[in-house]
Parts: sequence; structure tokens; C-alpha cells
Amino acid sequence: MNINLKVNGKSYSPDVEPRLLLIHFLRDVAGLTGTHMGCETSLCGACTVELNGKAIKSCTMFAVQANGAEIVTVEGLATNGKLDPVQEAFWNEHGLQCGFCTPGMIMASKQIIERNPSPTEEEIRHGLEGNVCRCTGYQHIVNAVKAAAAGAGK
Amino acid sequence: MIAQKFEYTAPKSLDEALHLLASGAKPLAGGMSLIPMMKLRLASPEHLVDLRTIQDLNFIREAGGQLHIGATASHYEIESSALLRQKCPLLTETAAAIGDVQVRNMGTIGGSVAHADPAADYPAALQALEAKFVLKGAKSERTVSAADFFVDAFATALEPGEILSEVIVPIDDARTGTSYQKMVQPASGFAIVGLAARVRVNAGKVSFVRIGVTGLSNHAYRASGAEKTFEGKTSSPANIQAAAALVAQGVDANSDLHASADFRRHLAVVHAARALKTALSRIA
Ligand SMILES: Cc1cc2nc3c(=O)[nH]c(=O)nc-3n(C[C@H](O)[C@H](O)[C@H](O)COP(=O)(O)OP(=O)(O)OC[C@H]3O[C@@H](n4cnc5c(N)ncnc54)[C@H](O)[C@@H]3O)c2cc1C
Ligand code: FES
Ligand code: FES
Repeated sequence: MNINLKVNGKSYSPDVEPRLLLIHFLRDVAGLTGTHMGCETSLCGACTVELNGKAIKSCTMFAVQANGAEIVTVEGLATNGKLDPVQEAFWNEHGLQCGFCTPGMIMASKQIIERNPSPTEEEIRHGLEGNVCRCTGYQHIVNAVKAAAAGAGK
Repeated sequence: MIAQKFEYTAPKSLDEALHLLASGAKPLAGGMSLIPMMKLRLASPEHLVDLRTIQDLNFIREAGGQLHIGATASHYEIESSALLRQKCPLLTETAAAIGDVQVRNMGTIGGSVAHADPAADYPAALQALEAKFVLKGAKSERTVSAADFFVDAFATALEPGEILSEVIVPIDDARTGTSYQKMVQPASGFAIVGLAARVRVNAGKVSFVRIGVTGLSNHAYRASGAEKTFEGKTSSPANIQAAAALVAQGVDANSDLHASADFRRHLAVVHAARALKTALSRIA
């Protein structure tokens, strides 16, 4: 089936099988391997991308459902080598260890701040319920989201 | 995990969708239940009809003194609706308690209700609200009450070829308080039990109460015994406890690795008391 979609501002018109998952399109067809496949079962959030401004799990969506959509992956955040404020905050606050969950964490964190520019710690933790990290214990991730929100407001 | 091959259609109109469903296709809404099942090959539909591309199914509006919610309104759209927050806060509170942000961005009320997972959150609230569901087929349209809709685990009053097009809930006055209290299964976010309460007080006495229960048994139900016991009484802690104690009475409770039947019954009583107490505290 022929679909049209934009990923990080670039247009794609692939011919895909309806059963192709969006994450497989992103990683294997578009070559954007920043989005990670963790659990494959809709639970870990590593595969989170933005679809028309909303954070979604790309392992639980068929590429055909994204026909006509605009997608942003972690690769689309930095501009001209300058990190996005959320990426910058994860770096400064040590919001990662192995980094496997990080692309998903960053995409989910962006959604939290977009909907609520000054989230409380509780709101941040509620907003990250769909994302699992096996390394950090979350504390530094929460600190990174706080720092990003504080910085983005300036 | 790759699903079996299938055909996919994204119709623009409801008529086109109903026509395809009449010839055996299966609706796809947010995909938050169906796609995991297809990946595990627990479901292998041959033809999927995407409902999210049909504009006419996506709305939240007030009409004729009631609230009408289109099938594809997402959990996030419901959670963040100013109209619902003001006129049916039980639904916004319930939507916000579902899964996680990503699931709420995609999952829809129609999909959740049609799927009828015994641990889903909306059914408790929709029982307490005495919601009505509009079911449409290529040549039919009928309205079914929540009480008649939920038949068994993953089984509803929907006939093959029918879709749930709209959920209708009443608008309560300021003397009504509501609350949804849930014991979360931490890995999935689903309810081990979920209790929705809707209470009205008149001249110091409880004049109206509805209690919806999910997670406890095969399908969500209204705890009518508990309701009858509470109506006409004062809202004292002892009366709340006496009513809550009855919510699991006569119910064949589910048992799984997360909670035994007895523990689930206990949780239902505890959460019923919390829901009633919180609902009462919210009466303006
Ligand atoms: C990680 C995770 C956590 C979750 N946590 C919770 C939770 O805490 N609480 C909770 O309640 N739910 C939870 N869910 C389920 C979620 O709420 C789903 O969104 C919901 O069960 C199904 O809605 P959907 O729109 O995604 O439907 P789909 O998955 O697209 O469809 C589900 C079924 O309903 C049918 N269908 C869909 N729409 C209609 C319609 N309008 N008319 C007739 N049939 C229709 C489909 O054919 C399919 O059989 C969770 C899901 C995931 C993946
Ligand atoms: S890979 Fe998608 S949620 Fe884990
Ligand atoms: S940093 Fe390793 S999983 Fe989160």
C-alpha cells in the first residue's frame, strides 16, 4: 500500500505492507535507528515518537495508520548540531546510564513539558509511567525533566 | 513480532466503513488492544477498517441535556476536555487513570468499551453513569444501556457488522459528587479493581447513589445491593462502610497472579468506601 508521511520534516512515500509496524518503517526503511525497540509489547516506551504532536508507541502502530502524518523522532530534535533543551537537560543532569531508554524518555518528556510547562515531580512521574528505565532508578530522569522545564520557560 | 497479513482500508465516511464491516471486516480504533493481540497472533483479522479517519466519529458535545462522545474520542481528548471536566468529571478522572500517556493519546473510548476487557477502567464509570451506547450497522441503529451491554469477559451486545458509534452520558447537577478509585496493576496500568461512585445528598440524606465496579469479575456491573443499602441514609462513616461491604456480594470474583479472589473482594470493599467518601466530599 502506498502511503505518504513526513519524518523530521522530510517526506517519504513508501510502498508498505499493512502489517509493517511504524517502528520497523522508521528503523529499517527510513534508516532512523534512534528510536529503539525494547519490549515489543507496548509496555516500555523505548519506541516513543511524536505523531502529529502526540507521543505514541511506534511498536503498537502500523505504518499505514500514519498515512498523512508528521512524525518526529529523537533525530529530529537537534537543529544544526545544537541540542534541544530536553536533550541538553538529560546530558547535564545525567538522565541516562546505558542510554537505551533515552530516546523514548526524551520524547515522552517533551510531551509532558508541552502540555504542562511547569510540572511537579508527581506530574513528571505520572507522565513517564509509560517509559521503563532499567538503569537510573528514574531520579536523574525526573531531575532532567525539571531542569528542561525550568530552562524552557526562560 | 509481526502480525499475520491483512488488508487495510481507511474510509472517510461512516457509511463506507459500515458497508465494509457488513462483509466481515474488523474495526481498528486506537489499536491499543487489537494490535498487541495481532502481534501475538491471538487475533488475525483479514481486513481492518480504520475508524480514526472518519471525522464523524470524533466529537465531544452537549446536546439535548446530555453529553455525547464519539467512538474515536481518545482517552487524552476525554481527559483534557473542558466540557467533560465541568459536566462529567467522573469521565475525565477515569480517562486520566488509564494506562500511560502514550496509550491515552491513541486509545479510544469506543475501542475500550467494545473490547470489554474485564480490567478496563471506563466500564465502571459508564455503569455508574448509566451510560447509553449507540450501535450502528449498515442497515440498523439501536441504543443499548451499559447495564445490558457488558455481557461477559470480552463479550458485549455488539452484533457482527455493528460498531459502537457514540457514548451518551447524563449531566448531573452540583448536588452530585463522583469519584473513581482504582487499585493499579503496576506493570500494565490496568485495574485490579476499579470503583466508580456517583452520589447525591438531599436534606442530609443520601438521595441517589450509583456504584460501578470493574476488575472484580468477568464484566463491569452496578452494585445494586450496596446502592439500595445506602439510599435514604445519612452519609456517616458507618453507613459508608455498611454500603461498601456489599459491593462484592454474590459476585464470582476473578483470581489471577496479581490478586486472589478473596483479596480482590477485599480491595473492592476498600475502594468502594474510598470512592463513596471522596464523591461525598466533592458535592458542591
Ligand atoms: C500498555 C497498555 C496499558 C493499558 N492500560 C489500560 C488501563 O489501565 N485501563 C484501561 O481501561 N485500558 C488500558 N489499556 C487498553 C486501552 O485503554 C485500549 O485503548 C482500549 O482497550 C482499546 O481501545 P482502542 O481504541 O485502542 O481499540 P482497538 O485496540 O483498536 O480495538 C479493540 C477492539 O474493539 C474493536 N473496536 C474498536 N472500536 C470499535 C467501535 N467503535 N465499535 C465496535 N468495535 C470496535 C476492535 O475491532 C477490537 O476488537 C492499556 C493498553 C496498553 C497497550
Ligand atoms: S518497544 Fe514499544 S513499548 Fe516497548
Ligand atoms: S539508561 Fe539504561 S535503560 Fe534507561
